Amino acid sequence: MSHHSDTAIHHTEVDERTTFGFWAYLMTDLVLFATLFATYAVLHNNTFGGPSASELFGMPFVLTETMILLTSSFTVGLAMLAIHRQKKTQALVWFALTFLLGAAFLGMELYEFRHLVHEGHSWRASGFLTAFFSLVGTHGLHIATGLLWMGVMMYKVIKLGITGNNIRRLTMLSLFWHFLDIVWIFIFTFVYLMGAAV
Amino acid sequence: MSRASDHKPHGSYIAYVVGFILSIVLTLAAYFAALNHWFSGRGLLLFVTGLAVVQLLVQLLFFLHLGEERGPRWNLMTFLFAGLVVFIVVIGSLWIMYNLDYNMTHTPEELDRIMIEDDGVIRHDEHHE
Repeated sequence: MSHHSDTAIHHTEVDERTTFGFWAYLMTDLVLFATLFATYAVLHNNTFGGPSASELFGMPFVLTETMILLTSSFTVGLAMLAIHRQKKTQALVWFALTFLLGAAFLGMELYEFRHLVHEGHSWRASGFLTAFFSLVGTHGLHIATGLLWMGVMMYKVIKLGITGNNIRRLTMLSLFWHFLDIVWIFIFTFVYLMGAAV
Repeated sequence: MSRASDHKPHGSYIAYVVGFILSIVLTLAAYFAALNHWFSGRGLLLFVTGLAVVQLLVQLLFFLHLGEERGPRWNLMTFLFAGLVVFIVVIGSLWIMYNLDYNMTHTPEELDRIMIEDDGVIRHDEHHE
């Protein structure tokens, strides 16, 4: 069945071009993360006599963070399904849940950072920690931006409803959010898992 | 996952659930492989890297709907190009820095010895007085 006869507006070529433009931005963001990954890969052994990755990170804590972000990537997908079915309340509930999960993830990350700095392992302590804070911090900054964006969009949906413009913006927001989850998979694997295993 | 009437990819409920479950399984497998040392050394690195790449593909297909694109597949093409750039940046950096490390952290005499003894490079004595 066709479930969007009343939202034909969002199928215009303009929308598709806008979404593609946003996709192209995400690909350049991927290259930014690649440079940070490369820096981390090169510097991760340069601990300047300080503790290495395996001594610093609490793994159950990081697994929890990962599961939270993964779940939020799932709920943002469900929110988009509700949007495409014009289910406003349902969509807002899923977005609110996504927002809370994202905020929980960011809170845990900031807690970890604060803990590291308090223990004397700030970004100034070694090349390894500079690379670590740059990579993970850049990801966290993206998450914070995504949360701000999501808050604005929830307000817009409440005020204006599920309009063509809002669908286009929400589509880009969901792409952004899924993208951040994918980047985190690689941070989880290369920084935390390999750090703990070696 | 039939969506014959959809004009534009935005997935289905089933696709999100399947993607979510697969991602959880892959994440847990990588976690326990690393912490319980299912493999050692290089084998473990390859295993968890492989799982991360599989999860990347799972999320690209089930969450980002990259497989459902029609016509000229611009999203896929830009992704593949970005992937190539990422590969060159990461592998290239590691390669260059490894060689720099190798060549810069030894005195010239040590380096001569390493090249002769470890790498089997033969010294051409006519270059040295």
